[in-house]
Amino acid sequence: MQVFNFTQPANFMRYKWLAVSVSVLLVLSSLMLLATRGLNWGLDFTGGTVIEVAFQQAANLVQVREVLAGAGYADAVVQLFGSSQDVLIRIPLQQGLAQTQLGSTVLSALTQQIDPLISMQRIEFVGPSVGAGLKQDGGLALLVALLGILLYVTLRFEWRLSLGAVLALGHDVILTLGLFSLLQLEFDLTVLAAVLALIGYSINDTIVVFDRIRESFRKLRDSSAEETINHAITTTLNRTVITSLTTLLVLLVLFYMGGALIHGFATALLFGILVGTYSSVYVASAIALVLGLTREDLLVPVIEKEGATNDLPL
Amino acid sequence: MLNKNSTWQVCMVISLLLLALIYALPNLYPADPALSISATRGAKISEQTQAQLSQTLQQANIPVKALQLQDGQLLLRFADTEAQLQAQTLFNKTLDHNYVTALSLAPATPAWLARIGATPMKLGLDLRGGVHFLLAVDMQAAQQKHMNDLQQRLRVEMRQADIRYRSVQADPTDAQLQIALRSAADLASLESLLSKRDRQWLLSRADDGVTLLLQLSELQLKALREEALEQNITILRNRVNEIGVAEPIVQRQGADRIIVQLPGVQDTAQAKEILGATASLEFRLVNTQADLAAALAGRVPADAELFQTRDGQPILLEKRIMLTGDRITDASSGYDEYGMPQVSIMLDAQGGELLSAGTKNATGRRMASVFVEYKASAERAEDGSAVLIKQQEVINDATIRMRLGHSFQITGLSSSAEAQQLASLLRAGALIAPIQILEERSIGPSLGQENIKLGMQAISFGMLAVLLFMLVYYKGFGLVANVALLANVVLLVGLLSMIPGATLSLPGMAGIVLTVGMAVDANVLIFERIREELSAGRSVQQAIHEGYDRAFATIADSNITTLLVALILFGIGTGPVKGFAITLALGILTSIFTAVLCTRLIVNMIWGGRRVQSLSI
Repeated sequence: MQVFNFTQPANFMRYKWLAVSVSVLLVLSSLMLLATRGLNWGLDFTGGTVIEVAFQQAANLVQVREVLAGAGYADAVVQLFGSSQDVLIRIPLQQGLAQTQLGSTVLSALTQQIDPLISMQRIEFVGPSVGAGLKQDGGLALLVALLGILLYVTLRFEWRLSLGAVLALGHDVILTLGLFSLLQLEFDLTVLAAVLALIGYSINDTIVVFDRIRESFRKLRDSSAEETINHAITTTLNRTVITSLTTLLVLLVLFYMGGALIHGFATALLFGILVGTYSSVYVASAIALVLGLTREDLLVPVIEKEGATNDLPL
Repeated sequence: MLNKNSTWQVCMVISLLLLALIYALPNLYPADPALSISATRGAKISEQTQAQLSQTLQQANIPVKALQLQDGQLLLRFADTEAQLQAQTLFNKTLDHNYVTALSLAPATPAWLARIGATPMKLGLDLRGGVHFLLAVDMQAAQQKHMNDLQQRLRVEMRQADIRYRSVQADPTDAQLQIALRSAADLASLESLLSKRDRQWLLSRADDGVTLLLQLSELQLKALREEALEQNITILRNRVNEIGVAEPIVQRQGADRIIVQLPGVQDTAQAKEILGATASLEFRLVNTQADLAAALAGRVPADAELFQTRDGQPILLEKRIMLTGDRITDASSGYDEYGMPQVSIMLDAQGGELLSAGTKNATGRRMASVFVEYKASAERAEDGSAVLIKQQEVINDATIRMRLGHSFQITGLSSSAEAQQLASLLRAGALIAPIQILEERSIGPSLGQENIKLGMQAISFGMLAVLLFMLVYYKGFGLVANVALLANVVLLVGLLSMIPGATLSLPGMAGIVLTVGMAVDANVLIFERIREELSAGRSVQQAIHEGYDRAFATIADSNITTLLVALILFGIGTGPVKGFAITLALGILTSIFTAVLCTRLIVNMIWGGRRVQSLSI
């Protein structure tokens, strides 16, 4: 059984300008979204208090809001979380409010005025200085990861491929962030982890294609750069699709069965891997080609001994 | 012939997998909900108390699975959390405050596994319930305290060395002391005195020629901050032990932060009170020469400071602190000969010497105990954090009857409850610098259970999906890949159980799920390559050999970059993100091992080294 069975290399690079322009358009609109709507930062980043409580029966959100307003938390955001019995209450940071006591105060107001059987699931309080640090650390992690990859791929391959890979990764990350901005999904710490994991996954995909491009360049001596890249993508396409498929399979399971806390994580990776698969095939190689990648760039400069193994120097 | 295994390779791989399997085994035994009961004040629970407690349980009709007495701690195992919670309420009512109960999860590892050190994975708070705090140490206050101490010490030393000075002023924010002297000669002799004392001080002369500036070096300030942090961590550990939590974590994070995790604790208010209390005690002599009325009018002498007693009376104390609470090694409450509550205090060697020296010529004078407490006020600093205010009051003052030594008593307390509270605060130690809570997360036990259930479900169903897919797509080789995938999960779980610091959190579980999806990648690469080689017309054995060989370079390259990302994630991330990074990184390593090495061995065993016409791939 085989997903694709090409006898001839498919001409992927014929559409390179289309792919590049579609990607540029998507990246630009994502950046626009991020600039105008921004991200719906979660508690981890904004600071504040989140209280999750479980009701014995379906919760009446209007009643919960009334009780909270009565207790002096008029700006509390109340919503269902995962099921009709779980309620999430968010209270933003406020001047002069005893934040650290908030959880117990709210809980006792609810149990006294609505139902003594309401149970606390979790209370999270994050101070204002923590969130700012996290945003910085997260951004830093992204940058360091991209730089590390840029350096490694340049060392192992070539700078045009390296730039293509990193731009493709940036593309994946920006589009995923754009999705979160468009749908105003909550961006919390697990989503940040997902975005970073996405980088790990997507680079994996890209490197496999690059590896084959390098090999094809050495093997197909008479072909043009475009033909060679087409050949490499075609021969790795089965692998690219199958690995994406198995990963998407487990992510779908995670999305549907992992519970509300892990929803954002699964969403980010599901979308990111779809985009990442496309970008590994198209964006990374297309950019390298546009930058003028030639056969000579990937030939080993030192004279290899004839009959030596095909293994690449590690 | 190609594709034959060497015996030592097979042996090594099999024994490695067996080892991982053994260490992964304890995770199959679900942990019991348990209640640990310990006695405070270093007391121990005897077999007698054990019998008593089990009788109380019987009377209340609460089924208990097992009672174990270990290191003076009693561990009660229950079949379900309901019985566990019932027992806790029961004991909180019936036991007096000399006992502390704590909810915990006791691993039910069989004895033979426990003996070889095999333990189940540690579960994060999001999976087992509990409280998590992120605390920040107020370094400014620590620095200020240090500068004040230094100021006092210098005054004494200058007096002893007959160096005449006009004033010593501390500028805590700049970590600088300004010492104004009488003459240039005094300046010179002070300089030589100080340069002998500590070479790290940066000494410079002010323009007027008689003022010496003493600046703490960066190195000293760093050491000071380190010490403040380390000491606070030690003290917090002691306090956490006072609460009686099973497996608490008190850990530093970064330059000035401390993480405290208390699994099983539900009452965050009590935990916060105990952690946040930054009480300390100072002992000072009462200044009786100066005029109290004048001081109240604002003319406080330079060597004195105005305080208030508990009932609001003003009192003048010497500015010099004779002794601080961090020299206290033990404190206990009791009654004096008149039946009044008192606190007996024991000091360490240095504290004893300090007090002994301080009270040598002070018989007949009065000594005051000042209680200092930092509390968060409603006011906010620029960055939005609560401003800490220092509250101090004189709890008592008593005439020194003789030269004091390593142990002495404080009397004049209003009640025995207060004596007890003071003693426990002193015993837990004084925080060298005040702390504040930056972050607090508490997760109820039911949510933890729910998260475990969801995580396990996701892992098993995700795995099932991948196993099925591989079998359908690659047939015989798919089966081999599936064996490798199962081995991968066993290896991963075994490793996570073996690494002491690793805890499994919900994102960590997500990492395992993701690993399952990605682990087959190496096999897909290899198998696709073998297919290619076959269709290029190579013989079966050559195709297998070349397939593995060529795919390996790709696998190595692509996984090194992913590993790079995981390492960066680990280095920069905190808490749950770190957990995710660990599972991701370990997953990459184990998947290379199983997907490349293990499958090769199996493939060689089945198809290798003999004449095969076609492959089931």
